[in-house]
Amino acid sequence: MDNSKRTFLKVAGISLLGIGSKPLQKALAVNEEPKILPSPDALTGKRWAMIIDMKKCKEDCQDCLKACHQVHNVPDLGNPKDEVKWIWKEPYEKAFPGDETVYMQEYIDQTLKGSQFITLCNHCDNPPCVRVCPTKATWKREDGIVMMDYHRCIGCRFCMAGCPYGSRSLNWRDPRPFIKEINKEFPTRERGVVEKCNFCSERLAKGLIPACVEACKEKALVFGDLEDANSELRGLLRAHHTIRRKPQLGTMPQIYYIA
Amino acid sequence: MYDTGKIITGLIVFLCLITFPLWYDAFTGKAATKPEPKIITKEKQCVEATPYMRDSHMKLLIQWRDRVVREKMYSYKGSDGKNYTMSLTKTCLNCHSNKQQFCDQCHNYVGVTPTCWNCHIIPEEKS
Repeated sequence: MDNSKRTFLKVAGISLLGIGSKPLQKALAVNEEPKILPSPDALTGKRWAMIIDMKKCKEDCQDCLKACHQVHNVPDLGNPKDEVKWIWKEPYEKAFPGDETVYMQEYIDQTLKGSQFITLCNHCDNPPCVRVCPTKATWKREDGIVMMDYHRCIGCRFCMAGCPYGSRSLNWRDPRPFIKEINKEFPTRERGVVEKCNFCSERLAKGLIPACVEACKEKALVFGDLEDANSELRGLLRAHHTIRRKPQLGTMPQIYYIA
Repeated sequence: MYDTGKIITGLIVFLCLITFPLWYDAFTGKAATKPEPKIITKEKQCVEATPYMRDSHMKLLIQWRDRVVREKMYSYKGSDGKNYTMSLTKTCLNCHSNKQQFCDQCHNYVGVTPTCWNCHIIPEEKS
């Protein structure tokens, strides 16, 4: 029965070819369009950062703080122990401890020593809050923003212990009753969740710059892409002496201060 | 068999109790009312077909949530070919603006309490 063996092998070979063509067919077939896409108007950058020109910042002005708190439904609990902070003011010696060396002093505008510095999340390149989060509720996006997923936060406060800038706050109580005017487009938070500045990621997705930058009439806040050599941000970095908060800790903060 | 009377009576009482919902319905004729969610909207079609939305809206919402927050994807192409912003408040609640008459109807019936509303803001009811 030589013949049948031969036919069998032939048929088997052809069948094998058939199986092999399946992935080929798949590869040649027109791919289905993806259903989920990034926002078409989104601002894209490789490394978002901010410069705060303290020489332009007015002492009694609250515009940036108000704009941020209004847009993000930040509650005002009226007591420093429960305070929820996204962007706030901090005196020089508290914002820049460890910078009091004799040589450093020469470069810093002496009049700024007594003034209140605008502080917010530094969106560090090496964020300690991300490293300690047990649920991956906080992570660094590829564009440098240290994001927070409130859905995943379990309120363990490791990140608050990790952050050397005090940029994170826990909602010790339900924040809803303490929000003066609720922005319906942005969620509030609930009790037991940590929150912080998100560099206005929801506004960037719509093609808008951060609310604090937009609100500043003095143009003291400048937001931009650090990797873009032609950006206003890089121009300012080139032209001025800038300082960062607690650089000695190695977190590589990305909020620069002209002082 | 010892204590036949007691056992039989006990069994009858037990059966009566366990079948209570059945004969209560039969006597009163009032079965639990089916939920009737109402939609107040100008739009005719949701992002996906109604049967899919009916049984999988929670999966869709969770997918939207994760993709938006974690991958900054904001745009969803619906089955009608239109692009929608993936947002509970801005897209879903725009049409389904009556939470009490829509969401709560079935959620209460099946006894689920989604935690969405702890943070996301419920639109004012237009009735």
